[in-house]
Amino acid sequence: MELLYASCVGLLVACGVFLILRARTFPVVLGLTMLSYAVNLFLFASGRLTLNKAAVLGYSSDYADPLPQALVLTAIVIGFAMTAFVVILAIRGRSDLGNDHVNGIVPEKKGKA
Amino acid sequence: MTLFWIPLLSLIGSFISAFTGKLSRNQSTAITLVAPALALLLAIDHAPAVFAGETIRSTFEWVPLLDINIAFRLDGLALLFVFMILGIGMLVIFYARYYLSANDSMPKLYAYLMLFMTAMLGIVMSNNVLQLWLFWELTSISSFLLISYWWHKSEARKGAKMALAITGGGGLALLAGLMLIGDIVGSYNLDVILSSRELIQSHALYEVALILVLLGAFTKSAQFPFHFWLPHAMAAPTPVSAYLHSATMVKAGIFLLARFYPALAGTELWFILVGLTGLATLLVGAYIALFKHDLKGLLAFSTISHLGLITLLLGLDTELATVAAVFHIINHATFKASLFMATGIIDHETGTRDMRKLNGMWRFMPYTATLAMVAASAMAGVPLLNGFLSKEMFFAETLHQQLLGSMSWLIPILATVAGAFSVAYSARFIHDVFFNGEPIDLPKEPHEAPRYMRFPIEILVALCLIVGMFPNFVVDGMLKTASSAVLGEAAPVFEIAIWHGFNLPLLMSGLAVCGGLFIYTQRKYLFQFQASLPPMNAKKVFERTMYNIVSWSRARINAIENGSLQRYLMLMFIVVLVSAGWPLFEMSQLVGNMEPTPIDVHNAIGAGLLMIGAIGTVIWHRTRMVALLMISVVGLMVSVAFTRFSAPDLALTQLTVEVVTIILLMLALFFLPQRTPKESSSIRVLRDLGIASAIGVIIGSISYALITRPLDSISEFFIANAKVGGGGTNVVNVILVDFRGFDTLGEITVLGIAALGIYKLLINLPLFMPGSDSEGRPWAKEKYPLLLASISQSLLPLALLVSVYIFLRGHNLPGGGFIAGLVTAIAFILQYIAHGSNWIAERFDVNYRKIIATGIAISLATGVGSWFFDRPFLTSWFDYFDIPLVGKTELASAIAFDLGVYITVVGATLMILASLGKVTANAPKEEVNI
Repeated sequence: MELLYASCVGLLVACGVFLILRARTFPVVLGLTMLSYAVNLFLFASGRLTLNKAAVLGYSSDYADPLPQALVLTAIVIGFAMTAFVVILAIRGRSDLGNDHVNGIVPEKKGKA
Repeated sequence: MTLFWIPLLSLIGSFISAFTGKLSRNQSTAITLVAPALALLLAIDHAPAVFAGETIRSTFEWVPLLDINIAFRLDGLALLFVFMILGIGMLVIFYARYYLSANDSMPKLYAYLMLFMTAMLGIVMSNNVLQLWLFWELTSISSFLLISYWWHKSEARKGAKMALAITGGGGLALLAGLMLIGDIVGSYNLDVILSSRELIQSHALYEVALILVLLGAFTKSAQFPFHFWLPHAMAAPTPVSAYLHSATMVKAGIFLLARFYPALAGTELWFILVGLTGLATLLVGAYIALFKHDLKGLLAFSTISHLGLITLLLGLDTELATVAAVFHIINHATFKASLFMATGIIDHETGTRDMRKLNGMWRFMPYTATLAMVAASAMAGVPLLNGFLSKEMFFAETLHQQLLGSMSWLIPILATVAGAFSVAYSARFIHDVFFNGEPIDLPKEPHEAPRYMRFPIEILVALCLIVGMFPNFVVDGMLKTASSAVLGEAAPVFEIAIWHGFNLPLLMSGLAVCGGLFIYTQRKYLFQFQASLPPMNAKKVFERTMYNIVSWSRARINAIENGSLQRYLMLMFIVVLVSAGWPLFEMSQLVGNMEPTPIDVHNAIGAGLLMIGAIGTVIWHRTRMVALLMISVVGLMVSVAFTRFSAPDLALTQLTVEVVTIILLMLALFFLPQRTPKESSSIRVLRDLGIASAIGVIIGSISYALITRPLDSISEFFIANAKVGGGGTNVVNVILVDFRGFDTLGEITVLGIAALGIYKLLINLPLFMPGSDSEGRPWAKEKYPLLLASISQSLLPLALLVSVYIFLRGHNLPGGGFIAGLVTAIAFILQYIAHGSNWIAERFDVNYRKIIATGIAISLATGVGSWFFDRPFLTSWFDYFDIPLVGKTELASAIAFDLGVYITVVGATLMILASLGKVTANAPKEEVNI
């Protein structure tokens, strides 16, 4: 199961990075969202994978590591704030610059239009 | 502790004097003079102890672990400088009141002058070398501000820039030198450094440290070949030149040499570097001074020359030379400051400083002329004036040195030559300006200066005379104390006397005076010779060098920064790839030794859906709606994964955030172009796929290596103390609101800032309002679906109830402020979707910015509250109470903190979404096609 989990993290990172390298803002926002999923999963797993051992006292004898959970919980919320900020930045950029290219200018096509 | 007050008073004075603009000039001056006067009284109060040989210290611990403290000390040398800085500073402030014209801002000049005074006091009184450096830099900055006081003049701006570049550059060298010394000694404390002479001088890096420190000192004191900035700094108002560029700031370099004398001096390298630099500066300065037609130019080069003299004295291997150096510091400050002030008067009353025009001023301003002539005679070294005494000591010491081995006899000769030039330019100052025929077309009709403008000069000239005639009564004690502080031991026995009998130094003085007068009479030929030399313009050379450096750097920057975000990101990812991947290749085995958990069918299905979602997003990323659906599948699967792996709090948070994110992205779709053009070439797609897969493989491998190894976590502490220390059974929540409450406070603040940033970005947003979709179909006119409206309205109380429940149980069961806040926010967003923001605004008109502020304030107040119980910030408290009807209930201060979190999350989330939604609602109705 660890291998499967790590593969998922790797795949999310790869998809996220690929999308971030795109030229238009919307795919980049998607990529950032994807990358933050991956980062959260990665950090969460640093407490190791445990089944049915939620860190609520009195419900089991052995507990999952609560520290990465606490870190990731705030990371999710902040991640949302950052995604929102980037989205709004993209909207603002689009209306100020007139296009949604990440470099601010649409490159001229080489060869045929 | 009163030592702190000396620089502190001056700093306070700087702020106060900045706000005296509404007052009259006299009031402003009087108020500004209060702070240095008080500081001077304090210094006088400490003086008896210092004269008795004590060193007064006072330390305020700041970062004791790093040996960084705010520390001051006052010994003889520091006291001498404190007197000079405060005394001359007060005279300059007084003088400036008459010097500035009605158009010049007096509070500005005073504030800068006092700031500079603070910096100088800080330098001379610091007991920590890093702190000393900080004040050192502050003098460079305040000097920059003062030189550029008349900022509308190009020469003032250029002069200020040059001074900053040279002294600032030297300051960096000094910092490096001080850090090296600190490293060698193991402490930044000045007391420790001064007593570690052997340790420093036997260290392999001694030479490097010495050269770096000397670079700092030489640039500041305008020593050859860094002297060229000082004449250009004369673009400053004359009071500034008198204070900074003759009496105090340029002496900071000298002070540094004297301060570190016990620790750094005594080696061959010191004597060669310091002595020869001083000698070269002495000669170059004295020679060039003669040819300057500008009065201030003459004084500037004369200052350079005298600074060279003091430096040379510090580089001579005798104790008496050090005494002479200290003595000349005092004397030069008095006569040079008075000469600058006299020059200011001449400039002020005639409108020019050009000695070719200024002639015969004696008739117009006899009083000022007398004062200036006495001061200039002191500069030349005429007997019965203070300059004579220290120059005589200087000549005597040049005879007792072995600086150049068997060629050491050259030094007294060169000293006499420099002395002769100094007599020559002093003679020129007196004769050219006050006599020598009639003035030539002056801009103003010259007349005597106002009575009180001459007052500071009178005081300084009186000092020149008193010291010159009764040296033993006036300066003997000060000189002994200061010299012993420089030498680090008792001062040698010395006697200052006006008459030592016929001896070699007297002969040298005599030769210098005769030679100087002879040079002056023959000046016509010298001027002709000087004019035939190719012109040397230090400013042009300096500016060309600066220009070349800047354009070189700009070219390098442009090569890297071409404005393409895509390229920067690619480069960053490659750096990540290399730095994260490299250690993996050095690891012997990826998989750890933990027993692997078997894959069950649920996990396999979840993982499969997640992968499909991720790959689907990539494939359809140009089809916006499909991509959005695909990524929401990924988000859902992530929250399912959290549920599966024992993290119910995370699952709830992820689920709610997912909802909000997707709503946000849907809203965003409206504002972004409907079609994403196919832009990347196949090669670029291939390249990006390569980079992306490589990073994915690396991160996946790290994750795999991590989770297959056993864990030694600090979480045992949190689990053990959650109930007994934090009063809650949900450990994750207790960590958030109690153990790591400070982090959470920071995080909600970031959340609030992001929301405010978004609010700001959306103000005055020019809109692209598409009239139809990408295939040309017009938008549906139906506004808000009735079904959604009625259901959402009835759902609202229920949703709010749920969020209250989640909030309250958060301390003991999955839930808490973050999740409850998101649930509440979603309930409201549903209303926005169903009814539109105008409908909401009519019923529920709140300012989300205030809500965010309230939330953060509540959390902060819980933290601050613990101070009132003498506990550290954010200490939590809880207890159990028997409340009627409810039963035994726990009340914890952490719940108030969590309430702050809740309110902030609600405010921030609603603000982000509502402000975006509102943009469309309030937009003008005309439709714009893209």
